[in-house]
Amino acid sequence: MISQPDSTGHFGPYGGRFVPEVLMAPLEELEQAYLKAAADPAFQAELADLLHNYAGRPTALYYAKRLSETLGGAKIYLKREDLLHTGAHKINNCLGQALLARRMGKKRIIAETGAGQHGVATATVCALFGLECIVYMGEEDMRRQRLNVFRMRLLGAKVVGVSAGSRTLKDAISEAMRDWVTNVDSTYYLLGSALGAHPYPLMVRDFHRVIGLETRAEILKREGRLPDAIFACVGGGSNAIGMFHAFVGDEGVQLIGVEAGGRSGALGQHAARFSGGSPGVLHGTLSYLLQDADGQVALTHSVSAGLDYPTVGPEHAWLYDRHRAEYTSANDAEALAAAQVLARTEGIIPALESAHAVAEVLKRAPAAKDKLFVVNISGRGDKDTDIYRENLPELDS
Amino acid sequence: MPTRIQTRFHALQEQKRAALVAYVTAGDPSPERTPAIVAALERGGADVIELGVPFSDPIADGPVIQAASERALKAGTTLVKVLEIAREIRKTSEIPLVLFTYLNPAMRYGLEKLASDAKAAGIDGCLLTDLSVEEAEPYVKAMRAADLDTVFLGAPTSTAERLKLVARYSTGFVYLVSRTGVTGERTSLSDAAAPLLSAMRAATKLPLALGFGISTPEQASAVAKMADGVVVGSAFVRMIEKNASDAEIEAFTRSLRQGMDGK
Repeated sequence: MISQPDSTGHFGPYGGRFVPEVLMAPLEELEQAYLKAAADPAFQAELADLLHNYAGRPTALYYAKRLSETLGGAKIYLKREDLLHTGAHKINNCLGQALLARRMGKKRIIAETGAGQHGVATATVCALFGLECIVYMGEEDMRRQRLNVFRMRLLGAKVVGVSAGSRTLKDAISEAMRDWVTNVDSTYYLLGSALGAHPYPLMVRDFHRVIGLETRAEILKREGRLPDAIFACVGGGSNAIGMFHAFVGDEGVQLIGVEAGGRSGALGQHAARFSGGSPGVLHGTLSYLLQDADGQVALTHSVSAGLDYPTVGPEHAWLYDRHRAEYTSANDAEALAAAQVLARTEGIIPALESAHAVAEVLKRAPAAKDKLFVVNISGRGDKDTDIYRENLPELDS
Repeated sequence: MPTRIQTRFHALQEQKRAALVAYVTAGDPSPERTPAIVAALERGGADVIELGVPFSDPIADGPVIQAASERALKAGTTLVKVLEIAREIRKTSEIPLVLFTYLNPAMRYGLEKLASDAKAAGIDGCLLTDLSVEEAEPYVKAMRAADLDTVFLGAPTSTAERLKLVARYSTGFVYLVSRTGVTGERTSLSDAAAPLLSAMRAATKLPLALGFGISTPEQASAVAKMADGVVVGSAFVRMIEKNASDAEIEAFTRSLRQGMDGK
C-alpha cells in the first residue's frame, strides 16, 4: 500500500502518463534521473541541508490552545508549513526539483503557478542556483495575487500571463506544457503539485513527505499517540499528500482532504472534484476531473487561486476509491470565516487555501471531545491580503 | 478488409506520389460549414482528411488551432456532432477520414461506443494526441474490433525502442512530428525530419506522414520527396479563421498538391 505507484506510474487505475509522444522519452529520462537521485545519499544530504538551513525545517507542530478551547472539543495542533521560507510548503518540492534539474544539466526552468506560491518558491530556488526562470500564470490569478507576481519579478523570474480559457491555474499548466513540448531539450519543467504525468505525482509527493514524517514523530513525542484525524486542503493535492503519506498505513488515523466548495455546488462554481467530478484525463494524468457530458473540462471557481483547478493528484483519487481518505469541501464564505477565527484566536493569518482545512476543523472539533486533530497550515495569508480586504470591507474603512 | 486509408496510401505508393493529409478543426466556424470545406480540400487534391474534434485544453496545439477549437466549441461542436459531420461528408465522398482529438472526449464518449459509432459514420481511423502507446491497449482493442485504423505519433525525441512500440500499435500510417513543439506554421523545415523518417522506416513498413509546421508548396514539395504523406493543418485552419471561400481553400490545396507532384 505504501509503495504506490507501480512501475508505470499508476495508483490503482489512476495516474499514468498521458502526454504527446514528444514528451514520453523526456519523462522516462526524468524518472530515471529522479530514482537515481533519490537513492543517492549525497543528493539527500544536500537536500536535507537546504531544507534545514535555507528553508527552515523542521517546522513547528503548534498546539493551538485558544482555538481548541474556543471550539470546546478536540485538541488541535497546527503543522506550521506557513513558517517556511517563501511562506508555504511549496519550497520543499522546489528545492528537491531544482537540485534534480541541476543534476540533469538543465539551465532553463519553467513552472506554472495559481496562487503564486509555487511561482515564488520556483523563482526563489532559481535565484539560489542561478537558473533562468519562466513562470506561467493565468491573468485572472495575476490580478488576484498581484503581490506574488511582483515577488517573482523581484527574484529575477519572468512571469508570462496566460489569457486562454479561465485564465487560471489550468491554463497556466497547459501553457507550461506547450513550452516544455517546444523546448524539451534545454528545459526542466518544475511542476508544482502532485499532478501531471508520471513521475511527477511520485516525485512531488516524496519531496513533501517530510511534512507528515515530522508531524508523526513530533505528535508521538508530545502526546504519546497518533492523531485521530488529519486535515489538509486539496487543490492539486501536494501539501495534503505530503502530510497524509506517512499516516496511510495507520488505519486509526482519519485523513481528511478539503476541496474548494466555491460559490455553490453547480458545475463551474466550485473545485470539488470528488463530489462533482468523474474519472478523466487532463494534463497527463487520469484522476477525478470536473467535466461536462462531452468530456470538455469544466471551468472552476474558488476564492482561493491555489485550489481553483479541475483535477486532483492521482494518489488522492486512489485513496478516495479505497475509502482510506475522506474528501469534503468548504465554500468561499466558510474559508474566509475560518481565516478570521484562526487570526483572532491564535494570531495566525492563514493562506486562503489552508483556511479551507481550518474551516473543516471548525465544523468537526466541537463534537470531538478528547480527540486529537492536526491541521496542515500549508501557507501564510500575506499573499491574500487584497482578497481578504475585498471580502471583509467592514475591516477596511 | 483494408480501410479507405490503407487503400489510398497503397494506390498513391503505386503512382509514386505522396499523400496530402489535410487537418481541419471540425465545427470551425460552424458544424454546418465543415462538409463544404472538406469537399473543397478534396477537389484541390487532399487525399486524407483529419477531422479535429475540439477539446477545451489542447496542450499540443499552438495558438491557431487553439483558437479554432474555441470557435468550434462555441459553435456547439461535440464528438456526437463531429460524427454527424462525417456522415454528411460520406453522402458524397469516399475520402479517408481520421478522427483527431485528445483522449478525454473519447474516454467520456466510451471507447467501444466511439469505435462502433465512428465506423458507422464513415470514419476510417483515429489519432489521440495525448494517448501514449503505453496506455493505449484498451483503445487499440476497441478500434481494431471496429476495423478502424489507429494512428500514433513518432517524435524527434522518441528513442528507437519507442518507435518500435509506435510501429506495433499503428495501422494505416504513422504520423511523424517533424519537430519538438506545438502545432503551427514555421518558415523552415526542421533538421530533425530526415533522421526521424529513417529511424521510423527501420521500424515499420507502414506509410509515414510528416507534419507540424508545413504550410507552403515549397515545404510540401520537400517533404513529399522524403515521406509517404505530408500533413498540413494550421495553414488551412488560418484560412478558415479568415473566412476564406471554398474556392480559395481549393486553390491553396491545389498549390500544395502541385508542389508535391513536382508541377
